[in-house]
Amino acid sequence: MLTIENYVKAGSLEEAYEKNQKKTSRIIGGMLWLKMSRMRVQTAIDLSGLGFDTIEEDDREISMGAMVTLRQLETHAGLLEYTEGSMKESLRHIVGVQFRNLATLGGSIFGRFGFSDVLTEFLALGAEVELYKAGRITLEEFSKMPVDRDILVGVILPKKIEKSAYLSLRNTSTDFPVLTCGVSMLSDGMIQASIGARPGRAVVVKDKEGILKDGITESRAKAFGEYVSGEIVTGSNMRAGAEYRKHLAEVLTRRCILKIGGGQE
Amino acid sequence: MKIAVTVNGKRIEEDVPCDLLLIDFLRTHGCYSVKRGCETSNCGLCTVMMDGIPVLSCSVLTVRADGCTVETLEGLKEEAAQFGAFIADQGAEQCGFCNPGLIMNAIALFREYPDPDEETIREYLAGNLCRCSGYEGQLRGIQAFLQWRRKGDAKHFQDPSQRDDRGHQASHADSLLYQEGRP
Amino acid sequence: MNLKAVSKPIRKKDAMALVTGQPVYMDDMIPGNCLIVKVLRSPHANAVIEDIEFDRALKIPGIEAVYTWKDVPDKRFTMAGQTYPEPSPYDRLILDRHLRYVGDTVAIVAGDTEKAVDQALKLIKVRYRVLEALLDFRVAKDNAILVHPEENWESLCPVGADNKRNLCASQVSGHGDVEKVLSQCDVVVDQTYHTKACQQAMMETFRTYCSIDQYGRLNILSSTQIVFHVRRIISNALGIPKSRIRVAKPRIGGGFGAKQTVVAEIFPAFVTWKTGKPSKMIFTREESQTASSPRHEMEVHVKVGAMKDGRIRAVDLYTLSNTGAYGEHGPTTVGLSGHKSIPLYGLVEAHRFAYDVVYSNIMSAGAYRGYGATQGIFALESAVNELAARLSMDPVKLRMMNMVREGQVMPAYYGETAGSCALNRCMERAGKMIGWDEKYPFQDLGNGKVRSVGVAMAMQGSGISGVDVGSATIKMNEEGYYTLSIGAADMGTGCDTILAQMAAECMECPVENIAVLGADTDSSPYDSGSYASSTTYVTGKAVEKACRKLKDQIVAIGAELLEASLEEVQFEGGGVRRLSDGKLATLQDIGTRSMCGSSQTLTVTESNSSPTSPPPFMVGMVEIELDKDTGHVEIIDYVAVVDCGTVINPNLARVQTEGGLAQGIGMALYENVQYNERGRLYENSLMQYKIPTRLDVGKLRVEFESSYEPTGPFGAKSIGEIVINTPSPALAHAIYNATGKWFRELPITPEKIVMGDKDGKILP
Repeated sequence: MLTIENYVKAGSLEEAYEKNQKKTSRIIGGMLWLKMSRMRVQTAIDLSGLGFDTIEEDDREISMGAMVTLRQLETHAGLLEYTEGSMKESLRHIVGVQFRNLATLGGSIFGRFGFSDVLTEFLALGAEVELYKAGRITLEEFSKMPVDRDILVGVILPKKIEKSAYLSLRNTSTDFPVLTCGVSMLSDGMIQASIGARPGRAVVVKDKEGILKDGITESRAKAFGEYVSGEIVTGSNMRAGAEYRKHLAEVLTRRCILKIGGGQE
Repeated sequence: MKIAVTVNGKRIEEDVPCDLLLIDFLRTHGCYSVKRGCETSNCGLCTVMMDGIPVLSCSVLTVRADGCTVETLEGLKEEAAQFGAFIADQGAEQCGFCNPGLIMNAIALFREYPDPDEETIREYLAGNLCRCSGYEGQLRGIQAFLQWRRKGDAKHFQDPSQRDDRGHQASHADSLLYQEGRP
Repeated sequence: MNLKAVSKPIRKKDAMALVTGQPVYMDDMIPGNCLIVKVLRSPHANAVIEDIEFDRALKIPGIEAVYTWKDVPDKRFTMAGQTYPEPSPYDRLILDRHLRYVGDTVAIVAGDTEKAVDQALKLIKVRYRVLEALLDFRVAKDNAILVHPEENWESLCPVGADNKRNLCASQVSGHGDVEKVLSQCDVVVDQTYHTKACQQAMMETFRTYCSIDQYGRLNILSSTQIVFHVRRIISNALGIPKSRIRVAKPRIGGGFGAKQTVVAEIFPAFVTWKTGKPSKMIFTREESQTASSPRHEMEVHVKVGAMKDGRIRAVDLYTLSNTGAYGEHGPTTVGLSGHKSIPLYGLVEAHRFAYDVVYSNIMSAGAYRGYGATQGIFALESAVNELAARLSMDPVKLRMMNMVREGQVMPAYYGETAGSCALNRCMERAGKMIGWDEKYPFQDLGNGKVRSVGVAMAMQGSGISGVDVGSATIKMNEEGYYTLSIGAADMGTGCDTILAQMAAECMECPVENIAVLGADTDSSPYDSGSYASSTTYVTGKAVEKACRKLKDQIVAIGAELLEASLEEVQFEGGGVRRLSDGKLATLQDIGTRSMCGSSQTLTVTESNSSPTSPPPFMVGMVEIELDKDTGHVEIIDYVAVVDCGTVINPNLARVQTEGGLAQGIGMALYENVQYNERGRLYENSLMQYKIPTRLDVGKLRVEFESSYEPTGPFGAKSIGEIVINTPSPALAHAIYNATGKWFRELPITPEKIVMGDKDGKILP
């Protein structure tokens, strides 16, 4: 059972940062994963008084505070439109509405969990993160960093995506995914896929070979799916084996590509 | 830590341990409808409204509810009875253990989507597990309730929770059962 | 018959209390200041406690006691809720020095708060001698590793048990010369099917509260299906007289058989008996998943022999059942895998049914809805579907040719005759509902997706013939309403209401006039409990009998009041009428009379046991959409048509069926059970053990085709268990029709569908 000695509702980021430097401290997000641990937390630091719970949109970007809930993301009209529903698709399978009302964007991203739909989708969308000390860096870079004691303040989606799609395969509809796949087409025409639940952390594969540069067709979508599948490393866990995940990476990537491209030969 | 929470309209000020979960706080304050079915935030049995939003009370620190308004089924008795009667008319309440969480979240659903279609109902309530009913009877009950509400004419559609032709809630025999059934 | 209460969709008596969240479950109604009981569990699958130290644990403020194997009686018992003498072996101690699975109990800790107990648990130091574990049940029989080497292991019944061979039970039965008939058959399907130890996963975990009452007796309030068996088992375990124990149940948050085993009761009972203080134990979900009483894992080897024309002539079935570390329900569940599958086929000339039930070092199994029939029916129904494919016959036509019919003797069902059977009508109706003739076997949608259909039949029993006892006490009170006391346990199924409906029908009164008093060993008449699909059929008949006698008593007093002879009066709902002039002695008059200067009681207790166990029958058909690329299966439509005899309450019967189908669907597609190489279970929570959500079950449609069971109350048979049996074989069949691959091991996951070979196997 999780035990918490002290609870601090941070009055400033600096206070939160200072308190978080101790190994026995924890920033609390939605509490969903933390609650399940058997950790002894000396100081639980709550950012919810700092107002990082809004989604703001302008011409250049959409920025979201770390305390924004997954349900907020799922129901936000601007995100729905910008992502053509892929954001909603990436979130709606996560346990249930009551869960997504608690789970935070910050908690989901900071944990960099292998199973994370959120990480997969935001990677596909070319997101950036705002860290208190390290400043603004790409999510791709952040996703490869070890977990440290900096504070994630928010996530930003620069408006550089033309199209996006998201698919996952799950053994039951609200289970952890067996494989996740987010695909997007950037304004410059470059297409990238993000594959998560490999079961390791999601990774991005760009169409560096230009398989899709002359437009999307069924056969090119398949070829790109095979390329992505070949580029990623998959493993086995209790939900499925490595080989099946390789296969799924091809299938889901192909389908996402066809979804953004219309799919005529 | 000292907190002040409004539970079902009643303000409670109390010094609580930092790791006390909201579900346990609520149960010690007589909200026995709030049930625990798992430790992994999967079952939905402990659903309550926090500032009007349905959340899993098993995953909320009580200290975080400081300054919030919390509602449980105890505070929504009329709404629960009105809607629940339609579940009862299907026999879909079964063992009843998941009912409070389901009904809380259904009430949240009806507030957010006053006239939801079947897909919306299923998706919104997907986080409420039930092992008895197979969900189909719950769906029938929800749809019957929505239909009744759509028609909305009290003269023709008497509130089924008040009806006494099908074994209603407060019959003499039932009230006896509840008294005698207690240890 | 003009029925007024029976066959009506009456609301459950407790329904409004449940939907408004009233505090009616165990943990809602007990004092808050009782001791918290938890247990330390073994991290090893097979180990002996060398040394155990708990001085530091005892020093934690608020810790009341720590108990180890040294503190408990050295007398073995079984936790299985069965009628004495139990077929399950006496192989348990409250705490044993020898630990037999990961999760087995090492020590009991009791303290004032959960925090103190948790802290104390961490401070208990145990030195284990770790032994090699027996984790593969296929090699358990006669293995060198013995799960129960102890000398005081005991089997009370002749079930073929032998602890020195790891055998919990072993038997062969049959009729005719099965080898000979098989050799004459044109086609023999010979396959092996594997089902896993699925969890009941009722929403309320195991829990018990104990206290000492004003008479110095141990009072147990438990979420149980079997109050009377709990009394006996606690008496056995603690070595105290039954007269010192009282067991009652509140509302139960689901059971499905899980609570037919004494999973939680022993520990708080021991603590309260030792300390004299009230205590409670509430299983965590993890404990409920890893240290409880799931379905028996079974491997069923089936040979079905048939002629080219489709006539099924012989069935040879061998079941290997894994009872795990202890033998609860081991010797009995296995029997149903043959006795409640083979009789579905009425033309079988010879059959053999053999089985071994083996011990192994995993969590012990128990009773779960379907109780072995589920596993056997998955195997046999799958084999018959494979037979149809081999014969190129429509599996529905094959079944119409071979299925058991009303009036047939069923040699594999203890020679009983099918006195009521509408299986043929179930099949015809299900076929029409789903559009079998148009949809069988599949339709390629052209986008990588295929729609296909599958079918299966099922049966079960109605109580255990010659064993189960159902009882009812009915009392008329002065206002003319009745109190019905029963020892059967309503676990949400609605038996309180169903039995009240029967009583109301008999007493010609509204159901509201029947107050039902649930199970309490002190006040209820003896009932073996709510399991084995017994309550409607067995206890229902007891209600009917009791009501008949009570009517006689009422008539006697009425006649006295009316100064008439018994022949001159007649009972009717409101009282007793004198036929000559229509004068009525009301129930109120009679009730009042019975309480003033009367030596005539208005209370009747009747018991009932049935020499037969008439099977309900059903047909399940499913239409799925299968994604060939991902292996994802979506259930489009599941139709079930059930013959449970007279339907006592159509709403409750329908929801029973839908609930059973959903659990069956979970077993077929989602609910996996995987152990690591050290015997630790992966699916230890609802996060990992995936019971279906409302997005995973598709559309369920249920109808009834009733036969009339002459021995049942109002013609009724059972419904509680049979409904879980069709999804596994029907879904496996539909998946075959979509993919051409037979899946003989559950659950059938998307990965297996894509990666499996034609036999559903993924090669390493």
